[in-house]
Amino acid sequence: MQTTWAYLSNNLIYAAMGVFALSFLAHAFETAWAVRTPEQSEGTEGSLKTKTLDYTRTERAARIATAMMVLGFLLLLGGAIARGISAKHVPWGNMYEFSLTGALAFTGAYLAALRKYDLRWLGLFVSISVLLTLGTAITLLYRDSAPLVPALKSTWLVIHVVAAIISGGVFLLSNVIAGAYLYLESMESRGERKAWAKRLPDLETLDQLSYRLVAFVFPLWTFAVIAGAIWAESAWGRYWGWDPKETWAFITWVAYAAYLHARVTIGWRGKRAAWLCLFAGSTFLFNYVYVNVWGTGKHTYSGL
Amino acid sequence: MSQEVDIPELGTAGLLRFFWRQLTSMRTALILLMLMGLAAIPGSLIPQRSQNPIAVRQYYLDSPELARWIERFSGFTVYSSPWFSAIYILLFISLIGCVLPRTLEHFKAMRAKPPATPRNLSRMEHFQEFSENGSELDLATKWFEKNRFRVRVEGQSISAEKGYLRETGNLLFHLSLILILLGISIGSLFGVRGEAIINKGERFISVPTSYDTLSFGKLSNEESLQPFIIEVIDFVAKYDVLTNAPQDYTATVRVTNSGEKTSTIKTLKVNSPLTFGNTRVYLQANGYSPIVTVRDSTGMVALQGPVPFLPQDGNLRSIGAIKVPDANPQVGFVASFLPTYARDGENGGISVFPEALDPKLLFSIWKGDLGLDSGIPQSVYRIDTSKMQRIALDSLKPGETFSYPEGSITFEAFTPWINLQIVDDPGKSYALYGAIAAILGLLASLFGRRRRIWIRITTTGVVEVAGLAKNGAPGLPAEIEKLVAQLRKER
Ligand code: HEM
Repeated sequence: MQTTWAYLSNNLIYAAMGVFALSFLAHAFETAWAVRTPEQSEGTEGSLKTKTLDYTRTERAARIATAMMVLGFLLLLGGAIARGISAKHVPWGNMYEFSLTGALAFTGAYLAALRKYDLRWLGLFVSISVLLTLGTAITLLYRDSAPLVPALKSTWLVIHVVAAIISGGVFLLSNVIAGAYLYLESMESRGERKAWAKRLPDLETLDQLSYRLVAFVFPLWTFAVIAGAIWAESAWGRYWGWDPKETWAFITWVAYAAYLHARVTIGWRGKRAAWLCLFAGSTFLFNYVYVNVWGTGKHTYSGL
Repeated sequence: MSQEVDIPELGTAGLLRFFWRQLTSMRTALILLMLMGLAAIPGSLIPQRSQNPIAVRQYYLDSPELARWIERFSGFTVYSSPWFSAIYILLFISLIGCVLPRTLEHFKAMRAKPPATPRNLSRMEHFQEFSENGSELDLATKWFEKNRFRVRVEGQSISAEKGYLRETGNLLFHLSLILILLGISIGSLFGVRGEAIINKGERFISVPTSYDTLSFGKLSNEESLQPFIIEVIDFVAKYDVLTNAPQDYTATVRVTNSGEKTSTIKTLKVNSPLTFGNTRVYLQANGYSPIVTVRDSTGMVALQGPVPFLPQDGNLRSIGAIKVPDANPQVGFVASFLPTYARDGENGGISVFPEALDPKLLFSIWKGDLGLDSGIPQSVYRIDTSKMQRIALDSLKPGETFSYPEGSITFEAFTPWINLQIVDDPGKSYALYGAIAAILGLLASLFGRRRRIWIRITTTGVVEVAGLAKNGAPGLPAEIEKLVAQLRKER
């Protein structure tokens, strides 16, 4: 019975990978084919032809891309739930399961933000990074479904990890947008945007968007850290012990607090703010990768 | 160049005031906060004595020179080092100095009326004008009241303001950071923390001598210890048969509070500690105690009972020392207990499952001076064999006896032990309340929108409306539209 669910989970995840790959192709198609080179007759000087963007031609590809993204999200959700049922606990007991849930949160954050902002241009990046995460997870990090060690059996664990994973997804999204800001900024400072980049929002919008995302999840991250402390108190007898994982959660928190202060109280915008945002996000990634893989401490469980 | 330069006489008081102002500026506070983040990094990369003393010892063995340098900068005890403490104490002071005056100011401002309507509204954002019909000011006043704006009416104009929640939330957040720091300090000054290993069937009475380790905060002492009695009736550990990973630990205990005659049976699990006032008792680790009987050459019992062994791996291969100081000559057993015995070509005896399916006790027997009277504290799990002589080597299953010229040892049975961690942290509820308040404050401060709306009727009979949103908060235009719609509806 248990193994049936585990197989189902694996199959759903393979299916999700296939669908994300389709989504990636559709996004790529959209990005590439929307660029239109004018007819020879239009421009007299052939070398100075300006390319334009025409999205009417790729609208269908774009719809398919987003639909595949939604489908991938649902399959992945199913895969995570099946994994949870097979192991009889929430699906974040080890690195493999963290990666699944992390990819799920990242896609979810993107889809949620997509409802409000025109972010379709990000889809190419989102689909490929989810694909890479899932690929790494299933080839390198895969572990058979197993029950949790006693310290992980806690409601606070569920709450803490849900909050942390959602925060992580949004932090990453904000990082991607800050990265896009920096890239476009340097492109603009060298002249005009390339044709394919014309459809991307202006710098001002990107700058605001990455800030909004951070401001939106910072309280959630604060909550995640506190929920972790409450759990640690009931499992280990201290709410804060400067364990490497806790330490880096704190560092991430301080870094984002610095980012918010830099924006709100000092008035940083643009490049400097984007770099600070990237820095803060990288402390989160560092925590995830370094501490889980090479670190020692109470948060490092056997077999990743 | 011996020109006299006029330096204003600062004096001690002036100097102090200068430092205080520097320290309590927000900039300093933020720099201190960043510094604290940076200062936390080394402790996550270098092993810390409080978490992993074994790794620290290994560090000393691997690179003693480097280890000594790290020690000089408190690198193995970062989070209790003078420099780390200095940063957070300064941050604490700075935060208080920065936030408390602002709180007072804020409460004054909250009661004050909004500032007067600017002279030229047409220069403000979201400006609109339309001709009056006489009732606009009344309608506007009603609308502002209904929407809980604070208003200032001056002649033919109204200045209305809303959204102090943002500042209130912000102050609440920063004040609660102070509360959290306070909770942490109270915990470390008045807290007590101890550990004890108890065999199944034994009783633990919470008095200083019962603890294996016990440490007090700087302002607490033995009197802070909560008296209680815990008897371990049963302990069950469940393991996964495929992965050998632990699934569940459950201890059944009989608990007696101090001064009470009656006792209650309770279940103690990893995530559900026992609570005695501020003190909580956690199930932290477990292992096995072989029960042995050691006789001397005349057949007299020299030692009898369970001896706790220390687990070494996930399959609970445990090592321990059985010391028999009352035998003549003194004997000691350097032993390991293997819950599920197997042989491994390289390591000899190993354990392949944490449950005791096929237990075996392996030991070497030493005679001579155990060194217990030397005054040097000794580990109960190890024997210093430098002044001893090995006389035999063997292994036993439960119920078996091994005889040697100086006596015999019987491996009677085994029993599990549990390690209780006893923690008294009187500051943690402050930290928790602080944390809850911090989140509420943060939400209010990030999602609150402070804005002003003005309305004026000019002498020429034109109604002017304008607004201003602090920090460019969104939503003001829509709000103004609603107000204007209200004003123009009844014409
Ligand atoms: C410890 C971590 C800290 C965090 C997470 C934090 C967070 C924040 C946030 C999110 C805001 C923005 C509020 C808004 O949007 O209006 C803010 C504003 C502010 N913070 Fe902090 N803060 C921290 C530490 C400090 C410290 C140490 C000080 C100074 C003692 C400080 C002083 C201020 C002040 C004065 C403001 C208001 C500035 C303004 O409205 O222009 N904060 N803080």
